[in-house]
Amino acid sequence: MSDERTPILETRKLGITFGGLVAVSDFNIQVFKGELVGLIGPNGAGKTTVFNMLTGVYKPTEGSVLLDGQVLNGKKTHQFVAAGVARTFQNIRLFKQMTVLENVLAAFTKDVKYGMLDSLFRTPRFWKTEKELKVKALDLLSIFHLEDKADYIASNLPYGQQRKLEIARALATDMKLLLLDEPAAGMNPTETAELLDCINAIRNRFGIAILLIEHDMSLVMNICERIQVIDYGITIAKGLPDEIANNPKVIAAYLGQ
Amino acid sequence: MIKNKTLQGYILNTLVIAVLLIGFSFIKEAFGKAGDFKLILAPSIWQCCYLIVLAASLNLTLGFLGQLSLGHCGFMAVGAYSAALLSLAAERAGIFKEKSGIAFILVLVGCILIAGLLAAIVGLLVGIPALRLKGDYLAIITLGFGMIIVNIINNLPFAGQEGLALGSASASLYKNGLGFGTALKVTYIWVAIAVTVICIAMMFMYVRSKYGRAIRAIRDDEIAASASGINTAFYKVFTFAYSAFFAGVAGALYACANATLSTASFAFANGGILNSTFVVVMVVLGGMGSLTGSIVAAIVMFLVNYQIKNGLWVKLLPLWLQNIFAFPMLVYAVILIIVIMFRPKGIFGTYELSLRNFFSDMKTQRQNRLAQKQENKEALSHE
Repeated sequence: MSDERTPILETRKLGITFGGLVAVSDFNIQVFKGELVGLIGPNGAGKTTVFNMLTGVYKPTEGSVLLDGQVLNGKKTHQFVAAGVARTFQNIRLFKQMTVLENVLAAFTKDVKYGMLDSLFRTPRFWKTEKELKVKALDLLSIFHLEDKADYIASNLPYGQQRKLEIARALATDMKLLLLDEPAAGMNPTETAELLDCINAIRNRFGIAILLIEHDMSLVMNICERIQVIDYGITIAKGLPDEIANNPKVIAAYLGQ
Repeated sequence: MIKNKTLQGYILNTLVIAVLLIGFSFIKEAFGKAGDFKLILAPSIWQCCYLIVLAASLNLTLGFLGQLSLGHCGFMAVGAYSAALLSLAAERAGIFKEKSGIAFILVLVGCILIAGLLAAIVGLLVGIPALRLKGDYLAIITLGFGMIIVNIINNLPFAGQEGLALGSASASLYKNGLGFGTALKVTYIWVAIAVTVICIAMMFMYVRSKYGRAIRAIRDDEIAASASGINTAFYKVFTFAYSAFFAGVAGALYACANATLSTASFAFANGGILNSTFVVVMVVLGGMGSLTGSIVAAIVMFLVNYQIKNGLWVKLLPLWLQNIFAFPMLVYAVILIIVIMFRPKGIFGTYELSLRNFFSDMKTQRQNRLAQKQENKEALSHE
């Protein structure tokens, strides 16, 4: 392991309690540039809770989240995004009434330089920026083969493409770390295989770090370089896919004993 | 042909507005001095204009931002009173003596602008605490704020419960300040139309920029919007204040068109045309998320309101129906129920009427409908 580099994402003793319930405790993870790490665990293990803490939706009650060595505790979600964390959701959350193109354009908002007066008077800067954004957005959509559906209303897309659009939207925020929450949920094997290609393609193209929650073991074992397993909010194993697959604790957690 | 589609649209819209204005000024020349035009049409246009601005401004919060605000008439009251009081102050200071000349026009423009700005400031003050809440809670708190604003104006020594007529101004707005009597309404009708056109244009520019995309994203999914890097709190409060600005401008137009101002006409329980629920009905009727829809709905609702109060045909109806018409709110309720039942998205949905695309849009709509029918048929045959 190359521990001398600063990891893109690092958590130190991260934990959260809801009232008396300890949802996650002592969660430590390091994700480096260009790495693809899987986070797995049985239902209700606290995987999505971890994601919510990593994106500022929940405020952790203990520990800290570091992105590129910068502490992000107590910041709001959009500040997390500005720092470079983007995510997708377990149950797809698109901007349903907007077109596919607008979904991606909306995610550019924080980087758009023109102000109120530019948009009121339609200055050349406004037109130039809008044109550039459109090109950038179509470019992103083309990775997912969605560019010919740019004018569709997002909710009219088939399920698999909605998933892809969500990833495209996350990529538009210009992030360093991408959090994917069950990207293959509800997909058939063909769609899953396509998604796998997409994930590999974006990793190669953008060189970002990806943290992935997934139940589809074939996908996890295929593409993840390292895997961390949690159960009842406690990390029970971490390591390479092969080690995880043969770890008795993991098998016990999944099958029960 | 001009290739740039946006430029095409601008030129087309400007041309149509110009042609309408020229045609209108001919009508004004011919009939403006007396009769129906002066007594009915001109006041109606004034009323339509402020209703359009009001409905469109609420559509920004309700249709585009997706937050139900029931206190919009409060902002309108702020605008109306500040414009009226400012114009009275200007007249006392001797800036203008009679309602003509450049000084008066400047005061008028200044009053309208400051009315909007003050309403926006009040909107900001209300929006910062209120927009932390969502849905029903937001509706209730904005309703409360709307009432508070009206009550505060009520108790101000220089505004007064009796309105400006018997307050410190002690005379009708038609004689002093910026109020326009029937003759002046005809002369200054361009003020109402120009202000409305500019306001609608400003709203369109807002909606079709990064701001519009951000607020529609917030409407569709607030959590996803913040996870896409949109500062939801900022955009919500900013849009709320921006929409309050136009409510204030609508209030200033209202002040121009009326002899007296009374807080009762902005109160929530007011039975007339100007209460916050009526504005909500206009927005829902026109389509949440369609500014052109709001324009059409404002005109339709004005006509409905006008007809059931003044229409000659009402006299021909059976007595029980006439009695119902004495309570216009009942009629609006029925209209709203019918719209919700048969066209839940409102007249326009989120579709924006565009002169440039009107025919091509019609064509694609028809094709879509045919395709849908074909699909349905196929689905049935599979079963």
